Amino acid sequence: MDALPIVWFVAIAVLWTGYILLEGFDLGVGMHMLFSARDDKDRRVMLNTIGPVWDGNEVWLLTAGAGTFAAFPLWYASLFSTLYIPLVLVLLGLILRAVAIEYRGKLVSRSWTRFWDWSIGLGSAVVAFGLGAGLALTTTGLPINENGDRVGGPFVWLTPVAILGGLALVGFCLVHGATFLALKTDGPVRERMGRLVPRLAPIALLPIAGWAILVELQGGGNPLSWTLLGLAVVAGVLGWFFARSRREGRAFTGFAAFGALGAGSIFAAVFPVVLPSTIDTAYDLTIWNAASGTYTLTVMTVVTAVALPIVLAYQAWSYWVFRKRIAPHHLPEAHDPVPAVRTTAA
Amino acid sequence: MDPLEIARWQFGITTVYHFMMVPLTLGLGLLVAILHTMWVRTGDEKWLRMTKFWGKLYLVNFIMGVATGIVQEFQFGMAWSEYSRFVGDVFGAPLAMEGLLAFFVESTFLGLWIFGWNRLPKKVHLATLWLAVIGSWISAYFILAANSWMQHPVGVEFVDGKPVLVDIWAVLTNNTLLAAFPHTMAGAVAVAGGFLLGISWYHLWRRRRDGIDTVDAKGRVIVGEAPEIPGRDRADHRVWITSLRIGAVVAIVGFGAVAITGDIQGKLMYEQQPLKMAAAEAACHTGTSFSVLSIGELGAQDCDKVTPVIEIPGLLSFLAKGDFTTDVPGINELIPEYEQQYGTTLPDDPMYGERAGQEIQYLPIMEVTYWGFRIMIGFGALAAFAAAVALWITRKGTVPNSKPLMQLAIFGILAPFGANAAGWIFTEMGRQPFVVAPNPNPSGVDGVFMFTAAAVSPGVDGFEIVFSLVTLGLVYLILMVVEVILLARYTRAGIAGVMPERFAPHDDDGDDDAEKRDDVLAFAY
Repeated sequence: MDALPIVWFVAIAVLWTGYILLEGFDLGVGMHMLFSARDDKDRRVMLNTIGPVWDGNEVWLLTAGAGTFAAFPLWYASLFSTLYIPLVLVLLGLILRAVAIEYRGKLVSRSWTRFWDWSIGLGSAVVAFGLGAGLALTTTGLPINENGDRVGGPFVWLTPVAILGGLALVGFCLVHGATFLALKTDGPVRERMGRLVPRLAPIALLPIAGWAILVELQGGGNPLSWTLLGLAVVAGVLGWFFARSRREGRAFTGFAAFGALGAGSIFAAVFPVVLPSTIDTAYDLTIWNAASGTYTLTVMTVVTAVALPIVLAYQAWSYWVFRKRIAPHHLPEAHDPVPAVRTTAA
Repeated sequence: MDPLEIARWQFGITTVYHFMMVPLTLGLGLLVAILHTMWVRTGDEKWLRMTKFWGKLYLVNFIMGVATGIVQEFQFGMAWSEYSRFVGDVFGAPLAMEGLLAFFVESTFLGLWIFGWNRLPKKVHLATLWLAVIGSWISAYFILAANSWMQHPVGVEFVDGKPVLVDIWAVLTNNTLLAAFPHTMAGAVAVAGGFLLGISWYHLWRRRRDGIDTVDAKGRVIVGEAPEIPGRDRADHRVWITSLRIGAVVAIVGFGAVAITGDIQGKLMYEQQPLKMAAAEAACHTGTSFSVLSIGELGAQDCDKVTPVIEIPGLLSFLAKGDFTTDVPGINELIPEYEQQYGTTLPDDPMYGERAGQEIQYLPIMEVTYWGFRIMIGFGALAAFAAAVALWITRKGTVPNSKPLMQLAIFGILAPFGANAAGWIFTEMGRQPFVVAPNPNPSGVDGVFMFTAAAVSPGVDGFEIVFSLVTLGLVYLILMVVEVILLARYTRAGIAGVMPERFAPHDDDGDDDAEKRDDVLAFAY
């Protein structure tokens, strides 16, 4: 038995977990800009907590996707083609959200700002929901035939499990984002988020716990996945206690650990199946039948082993550079570009 | 509706659109990094102003390239799952390396550059921009490695009906890639040159039109200032004339490099994809002549309906082989060879679905290849020529006070973009009917090729692809309009638009505490 597919299963799990932890709070902040901000100042404070880092966080998604393509092409091909419609929506969300973050402050006009606020908020929600649904489906199964192609119409993916997974990621992002805002801001946003988290977390984290338990029950679970799930619950409860006593750093660590351990538990429970077929278990995609050859996996292992620690180092450095809390009075006034033109011709 | 046709339109539209933003990102990024370096080295405020202004336009454009790039990575799996399965062992690796080695660097350090003003030490701040730009150039290398493999598959063995990677180094040093990378980057630099030239021309013209700058009897510029217009001081003139000259020189040098690398590519193409070369020429009969103009029904897929009108004897041989006498095989000679090697009909294999047994059209759509090739060269040359003329016209320090000329300079920004798009449409459509072109070299691997007809996702139906094409198309259209509006607004605002704190009208209310606080961020969204 070859160890490389196992290594790459772990690598893909790490990339997805990294994405959920990092972009998780970006998406949460995006949604809170729409639902939890009182005025434009609040929204700007929120947006600027993720301003310098969100784009780097999003690369974790691209790398998770491309890593799946490189290491498990059959998984990539079946999953992405089967989830065609939800992924189109995710792409639209990602596009609008990215452009909105950059363009929002470039002009000073109410309708301009409103349009981009909606793009950020709804875009973030759609991305979180769509990716959550997709991840839930790849852990519980889709109707694929022996070639890995979808059987049934464009909407066969739309199941209760998909909705559970969508709500799971949206809920986690809302908690994670609120905790992040409490940690990274000063002033009214910090205060409001500090009050919101302990009330929000017990409800918003339920779907993700439900998904994790569902995956355990379906596969029978294994000691590792149950242990990780248990630790996740402990981390979540600790996070909640810290959030209640407004220890923002520890609360953030607690909920982040909850997310990481929860994701780890789900991946551990489904191993070695990466995409079960709901038609016939003989058609299941596993790390053994979906993987690239040994040579490709070896090359990718070397590249990742060298690159990923460096990535982590400079991303950590960028968080350190922007470690200061953002308060309303830190924000420079917004300026509209005014044509440098003589209005009355000389 | 045939999902294959819609999926091809979608790939074409999204890729060409993505590649409107990307060359500007690659080229302008390099120029902004150089301008920023000049500022750090000299301390001359002119360079700071240029860095801020061109940097702002760079960022407005950059994000569009990022946003539309994600679609590219997803749609291989979404719409082209059979392709992804067939090439996955080879093709995913450069994409994953692009993420790990390029995108992370690019996006993390660009974030540090955007928000790092006054927060990072000057030289560290400059280094973040260089790292971001180098990251974007490395990403171009990896994605071109992937594309070059589709044009000329190397580094693989054919095992159980699929290519299996055996030599990543061969993929990353594919001779097709070593020619395509400098060609593409030179094209990107030329785009950025034209961009600087056109926009700087506008500002020099605006200064003349507003009566700020005038010319003496010999036509030499007399620089003035307009204190009532924010940003229109004397130094403003230096910003634009320097930008214009840099842009013009860069456009000319870029085009020169494009031509040299393009020639190398042409010679490789003659070896690797002879039918594409012949289709670029509408060269029906084997010979040596380059067609300057051919008329007739190029799209008829029938050589009898093409009539060469003007031909230059020997030139085609020079483009393909470097001499004037070697016969270049024509379409009539090549098609039977392809039919013999790869069959006349699509194989009766389940991967072709209903398309199995269809006749294979080996000749790409000649209207596209023939005109794509000529628009690429023509627009590129036109832009370089215009840049040379612009240098001559502005030798005395400003531009003529002529609105049509200014409009022409702005309009000219589009020419290198058009050349880039035409080049890609030519090379991608010229590869048809293959998505992975067969490699006829002795070094080639038998069986490693794929018809586009086999590549589309079997489980995805036409409705879904129409849905994505329409929604993505609409969003792309709106965002294109928004980007152009934003670029135009910042262009017209000039330096004061990007350095508001430097040119803000003085506030006499005494209530500028917020402005004076030293903990106000230099930049925030």
